[in-house]
Amino acid sequence: MQKWADNRAWFLILPVFLVVAFSAIIPLMTVVNYSVQDILGPGMSVFVGSEWYKEVLHNPRLHDALFRQLTFSFCVLAIEIPLGVGVALTLPRKKGVWASTCLVLLALPLLIPWNVVGTIWVMFSRPDIGLAGVTLNEIFHFPYNYTADPLHSWLTVLVMDVWHWTPLIVLLGYAGLQAIPEAYYQAAKIDGASRFAVFRYIQLPKMRGVLLIALLLRFMDSFMIYTEPFVLTGGGPGNSTTFLSQFLTRLAVGQFDVGPAAAFSLIYFLIVLLFCFVFYTTIVNLGKGEAQ
Amino acid sequence: MRMKKRTVALLCYLIFLLLPIYWLVNMSFKTTDEILSVFNLLPENFTWANYAMIFTDPSWYTGYINSMKYVALNTIISLTVALPAAYGFSRYNFLGDKHMFFWLLTNKMAPPAVFLLPFFNFYQTVGLFDTSIAVALAHCLFNVPLAVWILEGFMSGVPKEIDETAFIDGYSFPRFFTTIFIPLIRAGIGVTAFFCFMFSWVELLLARTLTAVNAKPIAATMTRTVSASGMDWGGLAAAGVLTMIPGAIVIWFVRNYMAKGFALGRV
Repeated sequence: MQKWADNRAWFLILPVFLVVAFSAIIPLMTVVNYSVQDILGPGMSVFVGSEWYKEVLHNPRLHDALFRQLTFSFCVLAIEIPLGVGVALTLPRKKGVWASTCLVLLALPLLIPWNVVGTIWVMFSRPDIGLAGVTLNEIFHFPYNYTADPLHSWLTVLVMDVWHWTPLIVLLGYAGLQAIPEAYYQAAKIDGASRFAVFRYIQLPKMRGVLLIALLLRFMDSFMIYTEPFVLTGGGPGNSTTFLSQFLTRLAVGQFDVGPAAAFSLIYFLIVLLFCFVFYTTIVNLGKGEAQ
Repeated sequence: MRMKKRTVALLCYLIFLLLPIYWLVNMSFKTTDEILSVFNLLPENFTWANYAMIFTDPSWYTGYINSMKYVALNTIISLTVALPAAYGFSRYNFLGDKHMFFWLLTNKMAPPAVFLLPFFNFYQTVGLFDTSIAVALAHCLFNVPLAVWILEGFMSGVPKEIDETAFIDGYSFPRFFTTIFIPLIRAGIGVTAFFCFMFSWVELLLARTLTAVNAKPIAATMTRTVSASGMDWGGLAAAGVLTMIPGAIVIWFVRNYMAKGFALGRV
């Protein structure tokens, strides 16, 4: 669509700018301020330049947390996107009570407060009172204990995230599938296209746009995951489920190391920004390609 | 036969989805003693006591009221500021529009943990700490960009000729916007409100940091129970079930638009 060129449109944007600036720029500037100072007490601070950045960048525990975070985000995307697409394909194509019920059930985990998601999984997987925990231990005689074994703990967090967020991919994929006209399927049928060919040449290209949005949203959210592992495992045992947000919160609120925490915040933000810029540019350019 | 295979796969997934929720509901009808002593799939001594406890204890039920308050405030603020902005982005080219749009989105991408400490200091300095409005404003950080993004998608679906015709017919901008344009994107506004509700309702980190006593949300009440006594599993389960209910009601209303909204109006 051809847009009108008019700089007065800034007046329409102004309220948003003010609100977001109030809750984003002022705090962000505070972070920048903290990150270059050593705050010894109220009203006592020393300018230290890039010292905190150097310290944080050389912190091996940060490297571990970053590596853990990247592995986690990668696993989340690798499981959730194919699974979500798969489930979206099994949803009934025609609208009706059954389709609506499925959608409502699917969306349910998305609207549960994040710490309640953690609580649900604590109750579900505890080896003494949880359904999954007891079943694995008593019936399959598998010594499952997510509070003691780092691997079990990590996998529990992963399964929880899959449970929590796959529905988002399903809903996005379903929205993409709904936009395909029935005529496409009929044409494919006449051509005698196989089920796979229909998926590969009709459904997948139509879902590409929404799947990119899904990728962007999922990457963003998995990269700042905090509440669910905090409630489920508290970052442990050891540091096995300490992801970046958890690490940062511990640094800032737990130990009150404001300077390093601020420096780390900015690095963290820049990492997220970099990835998101790539995804965002891809989405925008893709939209342009389709319009032409 | 193929249809059947699809339905079976779907049912398997739904079972995976509902099992943890079933367990939560199951627990909420048991006494804590029963939870800890026997393992059974249905409550032996069915009890409403956990729910009664929540509805009679002010430290529990005020949590729900507080959460509702800031969620409502946030939804209203987000929609009010996002509507004109989304119109601006969808209709006009102006200096720095693309940069502005990306900058807005970066706020959705910012990890809330980054803003934790400055928010805490900042709201304490301006005297808003421990009020609903503080949490509502803090949640604007990610809800306003999202609202602009979704609304822009829906507004771009409305042909520009409608605006042009209205202006030729002598409508002023505010009158056109409120009497013609807003009714046209009703569905989009509903979906946006749903998303603002959702993200404000599920967020804990900022809500917990910015409140102490007077505006403490239900989610924070729950974490404190875990850490303090930690053993009232029945009460915790009942509180968990109650936090799911507002969401479930809201989903039912937007179920037909939800998919489109999740695609940010871009399908």
